[in-house]
Amino acid sequence: MTEQAINLDTFRAEVAGWLQENFPENLKGQGIAPFGGVEGDRVVEGDAALWRDRLASRGWGTPTWPADLGGGGLNHEEAKVLSEEMHHVGAINPIPLLAGMGVTMVGPTIMEYGTEDQKKRHIPGICSGKVRWCLGYSEPNAGSDLASLATKAEENGDHWLINGQKVWTSGADISQWCGALVRTDSGVKKRDGISFLMLKMDQPGVETRPIKLIAGASPFCETFFNDARAEKDDLLGALNDGWSVGKRLLQYERASQTGARPTSNKVSGSLQSLAKSYVGETATGELADADLRVRIADHLMHTRAHGLTIARITAEAKGNPEVSAAASILKNSATRVSQERAELTLEFMGHQGLGWEGDDFSEDEIEHVRGWLGGKAISIYGGSFEIQNNIIAKNILGLPETTQKG
Amino acid sequence: MAALSEEQRMIKDQASAWVREQAPVSTFRAMRDQDVAQGFFSETWQAMIEMGWTGLVVPETYGGAGLGYQTLGLVLEQLGRNLVASPLYASSVVGAAALMHSGSEDQKQALLPKIADGGRLVVLALEEGPRHNPSQIMCRAELTSSGVTLSGTKQFVMEGSAATDFVVAAKVDHGAGETGVGLFLVACDTPGVRRHAVKTMDSRGYASVTFNDVALDLEAMLAGPDTGQAVLEAVLDVATAALAAEMLGTAAAAFDMTLDYLKTRKQFGQVIGGFQALGHRAAGLYSEMELTRSCVEAALAALDNDAQDAQELVALAKCKASEFLHEMSSQLIQIHGGIGMTDEFDAGFYLKRARVLENALGNAAYHRDRYAKLLNF
Ligand SMILES: Cc1cc2nc3c(=O)[nH]c(=O)nc-3n(C[C@H](O)[C@H](O)[C@H](O)COP(=O)(O)OP(=O)(O)OC[C@H]3O[C@@H](n4cnc5c(N)ncnc54)[C@H](O)[C@@H]3O)c2cc1C
Repeated sequence: MTEQAINLDTFRAEVAGWLQENFPENLKGQGIAPFGGVEGDRVVEGDAALWRDRLASRGWGTPTWPADLGGGGLNHEEAKVLSEEMHHVGAINPIPLLAGMGVTMVGPTIMEYGTEDQKKRHIPGICSGKVRWCLGYSEPNAGSDLASLATKAEENGDHWLINGQKVWTSGADISQWCGALVRTDSGVKKRDGISFLMLKMDQPGVETRPIKLIAGASPFCETFFNDARAEKDDLLGALNDGWSVGKRLLQYERASQTGARPTSNKVSGSLQSLAKSYVGETATGELADADLRVRIADHLMHTRAHGLTIARITAEAKGNPEVSAAASILKNSATRVSQERAELTLEFMGHQGLGWEGDDFSEDEIEHVRGWLGGKAISIYGGSFEIQNNIIAKNILGLPETTQKG
Repeated sequence: MAALSEEQRMIKDQASAWVREQAPVSTFRAMRDQDVAQGFFSETWQAMIEMGWTGLVVPETYGGAGLGYQTLGLVLEQLGRNLVASPLYASSVVGAAALMHSGSEDQKQALLPKIADGGRLVVLALEEGPRHNPSQIMCRAELTSSGVTLSGTKQFVMEGSAATDFVVAAKVDHGAGETGVGLFLVACDTPGVRRHAVKTMDSRGYASVTFNDVALDLEAMLAGPDTGQAVLEAVLDVATAALAAEMLGTAAAAFDMTLDYLKTRKQFGQVIGGFQALGHRAAGLYSEMELTRSCVEAALAALDNDAQDAQELVALAKCKASEFLHEMSSQLIQIHGGIGMTDEFDAGFYLKRARVLENALGNAAYHRDRYAKLLNF
């Protein structure tokens, strides 16, 4: 055995031992439910809080982040071992969920662009799972055309004063911090007058109004800044360089969305066997609906192709999945996989897939419906399906830019 | 649009004006928000009765207007546009068709006028499992010398919450084993009938109905095992074609909302419809809508004319309407971006209703298969 392999085995034993002592038995196989479900929007208590804090004390909620900032300081192999061992005992890592946009997007961007002081002030909170971040990018008139954003920030002594309105801010009402793109210079080309500010949500100048979604819940808000304050040293990156910072963050977002998660966590087991349970099978074991069978096969093949492509890109980037234009390909492909899966599931469930509430439908069925509806957003946020295609055409294929000027 | 007669044009204009002015989507929203148990507002239903829509296809001898399915389609399409919630389709179309295709003269005399004046809500109770499968009926009707005993459960009965009578499809048992399917008329207050509301995502009035050894007179049998299957097929043809007309209306409204947004929403200094990716998508959807309309109109005309290929055209219409509504309702949300995902905007209503209608009476795959069967391959 190589030295590395021996080290990994030692590490595996250490993790297993630690989990045995520290993972609360009660949470076993409970998934994200004790942490507030997909929105992660309930107060975390009891064993759930205990587990969050124990995991954070080792930095294992953010295993590959630097140990001196609250991360685990692990390399990718060790992180993989950790996640395998956790999976083995039915444990999940709730910290990325509890940190909102902190772990997947804001944290990596702070580590890339932030000053030492900013890293020290913000990263440990994200690692603890107790500080949630939201993202104030979109505005009513600046969605896909983000560079048109109008929320203004002006220097005012030792701080910034922010005025304007954001919209679709996921988790704004339950977040402690916001990473916002704001206009700091109106006299230059749109993209050259934007800055990235970090500000506290709990202050008089910030107001949020939850917006109900088609799936029933209200995970996003309108956010109003009325003389809101951000500290001078909470400017991330250079003044008026917010476009590069913000774009980089979106690449992290895409990279975090390439995994084609199912839109609902409840419906488990293979798609094929679930389909059979609703549709039935022929004497020779084939799905009874031949038309549906072919379309499910097509979907499973696309899912496989997607997985193989992630693996290939990861291997080519030598272990570090590259955060790049390729993320646009993967985001659109992941979107297709999860939306297609949700639609097919809804279809084969038939009447049982059309429920809203009540005992006529199983919990799994209802959750599937809500997830299917919520999943319609995947092709809209983080740069819509169409915008990803524009990026592929321009940045990968070198085709002329036709629309996204300025 | 096929050339309309003077009368058809008047009915269409009336329906379109009424829907626009009296039944906007905000009415449906209010119904959903108030969680109205029967799944529609009584005022809506009353207005339909007054306009004579409840008797549109019922023959004049039974108190109706005796107009054809093409005319009916014009009204249903308008209702579909604004997601108007009412038992018109379930009772005045499907229930009426059941009695027009079966039942004795006395039964027709007794019930059709009541359907036509909206006094009774007669709905078909057919589905038993999660997917449309009229060839696998498990409900049983035992014939005895004195009457019929009905037992079984029907699911997802449209307007089952408000219905006064059910037309139940059941396997007939003469005592010498099961034979074919029969249709039975059961008043909802007959002892042994139990129903409860089923909360679906389109907020309409579905019910699950259980028949527990329900004792009926022999006259309750509208169609016996020798004719039942054929009657059921004829009723389903009407039901399916009419549903396709409603779906076309729902999809056409979704198209119009989308087109409007493409022409008004600006990003990157221009209306988003100017981006060729979206322009082409709209062009494709528009083409699909035109193809769907041809199929829906042809199916309704075929029913009016007793055409030989009516069944094929009905399968075609439902398949096309399902496919188009599916894509159109998804694109309605996608092209509206973030706004499309909000409950304050109506897109979600269209998406939810779309999936319910796509699934009802057989989805696109079901009707592709049926089409193949009808073409004998
Ligand atoms: C569930 C959800 C959560 C979200 N969370 C956040 C958040 O936390 N923070 C935040 O800042 N924002 C968030 N968003 C907003 C999201 O990023 C925007 O909705 C998105 O950028 C699209 O903007 P828009 O909604 O204004 O749509 P528009 O930009 O108006 O787009 C409308 C349609 O036009 C298309 N389109 C636009 N431009 C082009 C073009 N050039 N070529 C072709 N097609 C084009 C779009 O793809 C879309 O289909 C969230 C959105 C959703 C749905």
